[in-house]
Amino acid sequence: MNLGNLIKVAINALKRNKMRSFLTMLGIIIGVASVITMLAIGQGSRKSIQDQIASMGSNMLFVMPGNMRMGGVQQGSSVSQRLTVKDVDAIEMECEAVTAVSPEVRSSGQAVYGNSNWPTTIYGGNEHYLEIKSWKVVSGRNITDTEAKSSAKVCLVGRTVADELFGEGVDPTGETVRFKNIPFRIIGVLGEKGQNSFGQDQDDVIIAPYTTVQKRILAQTHIQSVQMSARSAEESALAQSQVEEVLRRTHKLREDEDNDFEIRSQEELSTTMTSVTEILTILLGAIAGISLLVGGIGIMNIMYVSVTERTREIGLRMSIGGRSVDILLQFLIESILLSVFGGLIGILVGFGASSIVEALTSWPISVMWGSVILSFAVCTVIGVFFGWYPARRASGLDPIDALRFE
Amino acid sequence: MKAIIDIKALKKDYHVGEVTVHALRGVDLEIRQGEFVAIMGASGSGKSTMLNIIGCLDRPTEGTYLLDGVDVAGMSKNESAMIRNLKIGFVFQSYNLLSRTSALENVELPLMYNPYVKAKERRERAIASLEAVGLADRMDHMPNQLSGGQQQRVAIARSLVNDPVVILADEATGNLDTRTSYEIMSLFQELNRKGKTIVFVTHEADIARCMTRNVVFRDGHIIKEEEITNRLYAAEMINALPVEEE
Repeated sequence: MNLGNLIKVAINALKRNKMRSFLTMLGIIIGVASVITMLAIGQGSRKSIQDQIASMGSNMLFVMPGNMRMGGVQQGSSVSQRLTVKDVDAIEMECEAVTAVSPEVRSSGQAVYGNSNWPTTIYGGNEHYLEIKSWKVVSGRNITDTEAKSSAKVCLVGRTVADELFGEGVDPTGETVRFKNIPFRIIGVLGEKGQNSFGQDQDDVIIAPYTTVQKRILAQTHIQSVQMSARSAEESALAQSQVEEVLRRTHKLREDEDNDFEIRSQEELSTTMTSVTEILTILLGAIAGISLLVGGIGIMNIMYVSVTERTREIGLRMSIGGRSVDILLQFLIESILLSVFGGLIGILVGFGASSIVEALTSWPISVMWGSVILSFAVCTVIGVFFGWYPARRASGLDPIDALRFE
Repeated sequence: MKAIIDIKALKKDYHVGEVTVHALRGVDLEIRQGEFVAIMGASGSGKSTMLNIIGCLDRPTEGTYLLDGVDVAGMSKNESAMIRNLKIGFVFQSYNLLSRTSALENVELPLMYNPYVKAKERRERAIASLEAVGLADRMDHMPNQLSGGQQQRVAIARSLVNDPVVILADEATGNLDTRTSYEIMSLFQELNRKGKTIVFVTHEADIARCMTRNVVFRDGHIIKEEEITNRLYAAEMINALPVEEE
């Protein structure tokens, strides 16, 4: 029998048992749809985390004080005063993979304007600080080099602070706000960033020159961290090792001493954060994959029943000239059709489910074409694999016995 | 008339565990074109084995078998399948129609296995075949919408559709009541009159009397061969039946 006729015969056989064919396909439909949806959700959540991390800064690296020993006593990292502006200068001078570097000092306190007040955090940086942290200035201007060095009492405010002190959407540029009783002239307003992945409001900030925060608010000479941009995401690791080298020298650490600082990169953070979702995606995908496998076994089961039930039909087909290979192909094509049709419907359902999840979670969910192609290929393989054994059994029947089968 | 079936010294042994069963112990049989032969015998006499071998469903252990001049005794399974498709038409006791498949599609089935017959020709020949058995008005009916006699007519149409050199009927009237079995026999006689060669396994004496020759098997041998001189005609037998009360 030629292929066209075989497909026709197989379709007719499936049509004779519409309900059963549909139920058999259901296993594959659910399997494929869940694989596609799970992978799309995983991809979506990963992308959303990556977007949020990207909003924190551009190819950002930062140095935090680490554990250290002081006269034999192990000190916690928070009391360390080892990072200074000298480190910042050294990094700026020597590390060619670092394009921008800024000290960071911060203090929490109450910001006051007129009779409104609002608890917030003030961050001190230099003129590169906004660029490193991917802040945009929507109104006014950035801190200048001179202001950064000369403890100027100027600041930029985040949208939340502006809203709370001055009212929704008001542009407070030129006004003066008091933070811990120090008056700051507002020279600009920062663009909105929204919440970060920990649910923290990133717009609840005031940014001022680091010298101002250091001297006028904190009265200290050390800094809390160093913030940097690497030239590119790829050179992040290179920048990290250059910075480590410079800091070990400026901190006069001996060969056998541990670092008294820690360097973290955005890359690392991104990898850590996404590795969780990756594991979750793999897990969900694996569970979905198992349901696909179970769907395949369902096909095998039904094909098996079908072969037994249609033994006389097989005998008849053989007696009127069907060769073993014709019978084998007929049943194999039936099972492939079941799995491929099921796969196609499953892909559609998967797309539908993904867009429902997208609407519910507002994650940027995108169905991966790779997963569509993969599930489709898996379906075809399942059809052949699970159809083979029953089809083989059918084609091996003896026509005389098959015709006499009750 | 030329010989359609030419069997010489045919033996068939089955091995059931340790025991060897001699189903056929040396049979010579020649069936010429246009004959209508009844194969008779008790169960276990070898008549079913004989039919299976004639139908190329089974291969003899020894002996020669020429079907339409071709040696089919030593053919491979695939070659036998092709011979069955092109030269043989089967009619079974239990019809063996595909359920939930129209009469027309059932009749088309053998031609599906013939790669040289295209869809259009297949349909035309199936229609012609159904017309020949008097079911032109039942072509789209499913088997469960047809009576037993009508189902057997569909099966006969199916056996005719590839224009075989011989029709093999295995107790084709066994499942039918007397009147219907005479009707079916009348159809067979009609086909035979038009030149079809038919081999018909039966154990009913009156049905066997409708044919041109009877061959009786016992214990793997042909014990009696008889040309029927005072042949019965099924059409007349129907008229002789008592009128059915409504």
